[in-house]
Amino acid sequence: MSTLSLTSAFTLLLKRDLVLAYRRRAELVNPLLFFVLVTAMFPLGIGNDPKLIQAVGPGVIWVAALLAALLSLDTMFRSDFDDGTLEQFMLSAHPISVLVLAKILAHWMITGLPLFIAAPLLAMMLNVPTDAIPTLMLTLVLGTPVLSLIGSVGVALTVGLRRGGVILSLLVLPLYVPVLIFATDAVKTSIVGIPTSAQISILAAMLVGSLVLAPLATAASLRISLS
Amino acid sequence: MTSPLSDTATFEAKDLECIRDDRVLFSSLCFTVNPGEALVLEGRNGSGKTSLLRILCGIRLPESGQLLWKGEDIFRLGPEYHEHTAYLGHKDGSKLDLTPLENLRVARGFGKAKEGITLEEALNQVGLYGFEDVPTRNMSAGQQRRLAIARLLVTDAKFWILDEPFTSLDRKGIEHMERLFEAHLQSGGMAAMTTHHRIGFKDDVKLVRVNLSDR
Repeated sequence: MSTLSLTSAFTLLLKRDLVLAYRRRAELVNPLLFFVLVTAMFPLGIGNDPKLIQAVGPGVIWVAALLAALLSLDTMFRSDFDDGTLEQFMLSAHPISVLVLAKILAHWMITGLPLFIAAPLLAMMLNVPTDAIPTLMLTLVLGTPVLSLIGSVGVALTVGLRRGGVILSLLVLPLYVPVLIFATDAVKTSIVGIPTSAQISILAAMLVGSLVLAPLATAASLRISLS
Repeated sequence: MTSPLSDTATFEAKDLECIRDDRVLFSSLCFTVNPGEALVLEGRNGSGKTSLLRILCGIRLPESGQLLWKGEDIFRLGPEYHEHTAYLGHKDGSKLDLTPLENLRVARGFGKAKEGITLEEALNQVGLYGFEDVPTRNMSAGQQRRLAIARLLVTDAKFWILDEPFTSLDRKGIEHMERLFEAHLQSGGMAAMTTHHRIGFKDDVKLVRVNLSDR
């Protein structure tokens, strides 16, 4: 196949997923609402000490983002599996890993991007200093795609199971931990005023690594799930 | 057979074996399919017809045996083989939230687009004229099946793999689809199918019948 038709298949699938998400807007709001509610509940739970809230702020935002991503993961392949379109795209004339990447990108745009946009507001609510907000945004823009990429492997492995939810969390959460550690550490360090290039570089490396490897692993896992 | 090329069948299955839940469904199964021929799988429920079709598409791996497309292993060919195949399974493979036209556009993009047929014409051919922009969810089961069949028409796939293609079609619809399949075979296409319906193709279409219950 020529590269032209591969690119058009990629955009076609990306567009299809975005159109589908738009037609089911109610589901779209779920992860975002979860993210906002969890972060909003924390100050109510731990009291009104600004120092304490500032100390837990980055962690709370990141843990909520991580759980919101986990919550939305199952939708990545579930409906395609149920209605047979997943089979169709496994049998397409294009490399599956490229199509998988289109699906992951669509998933991130639907679930990760809204979190990224809502994050500065929530950060201010949690008393994160304005100087540290750019770092928070940077960790989110590097980190949330990693969540979608790593998650896609787990979803692909469990999509054939009737109740894959618990196994999915057990599979994926440990792999999310490094992202959580480096991202929150970067924000905390920047609050103190120390350069964060080390943590940011590691997050960027994670993104590059998972961008290269996750689509291949997901394609292979989907093949196993469908056979 | 003088030319060496004519010795290789377009599609060949050698010594296939399929095991499901520790039960041997079939073993040492051999057959060939050539342009203009249709492989018709027969057998009682649970005899492995669907499993065999899924093996033919390359979704499922056989326990042992080889599948060759023009002499090359289909699992090694991968997407290059899928360029030539179209699969219609139990599930229609259409998105219910998209319109028939949008569904077909995606289907055409996934395969190798066929020249000389527009998406509207394909819908017209399966009797869905006027349903271009109705959400697929609002169509009847038979109409959704027709849409799935329209998907076969918009790509250049030569080898159609059809699992009970006539499910939920009315009698007239079945006849109509048979004419479509026949036209595909007469223009040098190939098919592998299962059906409980008696197939009424014209005599010049060669049917290769394989009964899985005997195995």
